[in-house]
Amino acid sequence: MPKHDNRLVGAAVGLGLVGAAAIGGILATRRKRRGNSDDAPGRTARRGLASFGKYEVVGRSVTIARPRQELFAFWRDFQNLPDFMENVLAVRPGADGRSIWTVRGPAGTDVDIETRIAREEPGRLIAWRSVEGSEIDTEGRVEFEDAPGERGTRVTAIIAYDPPAGTLGRTVAKLFMREPEVQARHDLRRFKMLMEAGEIATSARTADATRHARMEA
Amino acid sequence: MRALTWHGTHDVRVETVDDPEIINPRDAIIKVTSTAICGSDLHLYDGVIPAMRPGDVLGHEFMGEVVETGPGSTLEKGQRVVVPFTISCGRCFHCTIQQYSCCSNSNPAEKQDMSEMLYGHAMAGLFGYSHLTGGYSGGQAEYVRVPFSDIGPVVVPDHLEDDQVLFLSDILPTGWMGAENADIGPDDTVAVWGCGPVGLFAVQSALAMGAARVIAIDHYPHRLELARKLGAKIINFRQTDVREALMEMSGGIGVDAVIDAVGLEAHGFAIDNMLDIVKQKVGFGADRASALKQAILAVRKGGRVSVPGVYGGMSDKFPIGAVMEKGLQLRAGQTHVQKYTAQLLAKIEAGEIDTTFLISHHLPLDDAAEGYRNFHDKQNEWTKVILRPGMESARRSKEEERARESEHA
Repeated sequence: MPKHDNRLVGAAVGLGLVGAAAIGGILATRRKRRGNSDDAPGRTARRGLASFGKYEVVGRSVTIARPRQELFAFWRDFQNLPDFMENVLAVRPGADGRSIWTVRGPAGTDVDIETRIAREEPGRLIAWRSVEGSEIDTEGRVEFEDAPGERGTRVTAIIAYDPPAGTLGRTVAKLFMREPEVQARHDLRRFKMLMEAGEIATSARTADATRHARMEA
Repeated sequence: MRALTWHGTHDVRVETVDDPEIINPRDAIIKVTSTAICGSDLHLYDGVIPAMRPGDVLGHEFMGEVVETGPGSTLEKGQRVVVPFTISCGRCFHCTIQQYSCCSNSNPAEKQDMSEMLYGHAMAGLFGYSHLTGGYSGGQAEYVRVPFSDIGPVVVPDHLEDDQVLFLSDILPTGWMGAENADIGPDDTVAVWGCGPVGLFAVQSALAMGAARVIAIDHYPHRLELARKLGAKIINFRQTDVREALMEMSGGIGVDAVIDAVGLEAHGFAIDNMLDIVKQKVGFGADRASALKQAILAVRKGGRVSVPGVYGGMSDKFPIGAVMEKGLQLRAGQTHVQKYTAQLLAKIEAGEIDTTFLISHHLPLDDAAEGYRNFHDKQNEWTKVILRPGMESARRSKEEERARESEHA
């Protein structure tokens, strides 16, 4: 496998909540074309019933017992994201309000992605997208809404991506299909832990045995 | 440090492993003074609980001295604490409504997937148990890392001995919640399956809650005798037809509430129990629920079924028809330990609850494997084993003596 492709696969695996591949605003204009006609989110349609054109869509909701503004503010400061997104190593400010995300790849290769805010509604929604010419095209969106009663905030993160074609594409797609979903789920759980409990649970007995330490080793 | 580690079915060993460290701000390190072997440890010993890994440190009933604290801990060095077996953050939705064993934040993110697939949701982290509940190192060790130490551990007064308060960690609140889930009223007859430690505490709790009569069911004479001493009527299921007896002892009505303190390794003679044994052996994971099945048939119409006994998988031939047609209420769950510790500590201090009557053996931690073997094989006499890391091991000192002698030789 050529080096470039290898990095693409790795970065795609690393993206998690960030999502990967060119998706041209699918998140902003997302509409079910066919599939479930009930009140459930399109992403919960039975496999093969929902269609988002050529895009794969994964998403997950979590309820967090903290105020909406607080959660929004923490997420909006992208430099906080590596605290709970396992495969985002660092986020640093770029030019014109852009951000540069360093994402974990395989065998110690890291990939930089430059992103811009695609849409922002303070306290409610953040969508981001990689700038043109980025090595990887990504798009992600997170929404915050008040949960019923005293339950805090419902946070929904959605990723859409266009699985590439070809043999390599299928390999990548396989990783896309599994990994972004699993990674998003884990990242959201860690976000909830950090916001509610103030720390991320680990069952390690020693500092060297934590998941984080083992990934760094 | 020395710790009891799991290596497979009927294979546990005391080994030297890395000492625990403070990792998260709310952590504390406890130096263990007393730790017990629980009936649910025997389910791990028998290899019927999924997602165990070789080297896992067991033990979820423990207490000791605080020796180190993270910046977010409210404990102080030198304090004597009993630690609940449920690890709970205290701040999530479930913790704030006191469903501590349902905590959303204590089971590590990457370990929740398997439980979600199996149960629909992941439960709280537990000490010394399966990786379905986090795979946290347990308390049958010299030291333990205790997460969320500002929520769980109960500081105990010095005038109470370890043996009096140790069981606040699990079996006392588990028996208490088992009785509470049975919604006991003053005229009620309550039947308890299993006279192990949890069953015995359920008997004691049901009587404390005002049950008119408590009937305890087992087949070990000594365990039944302990239940009788607490004030229960007893049934030995090797001698007596349990369902017929319960009908006759409740004036033909059936008992008002039933408590299954047996769990997934019930003894039983029915054909389907035999099949379940085979399925457990080949890793099919069918829980042997014969005690629960019998309890559901024995309880009166409109009665209550409480299940503190441990189940982990699926059960075949579950009498769902009896549950529906008889209009039963079924309640279960890992214990919300933190909900009960303060009130139960007060009852221990006031002398209303005795926890020491069921302790049969004290052993050094180094002899823990022997403790497991006997607790498993000699259930009649070995009713509860306490391990003490600080206690001199007769076997170990003999081995050391031999080593010294051979050195000199």
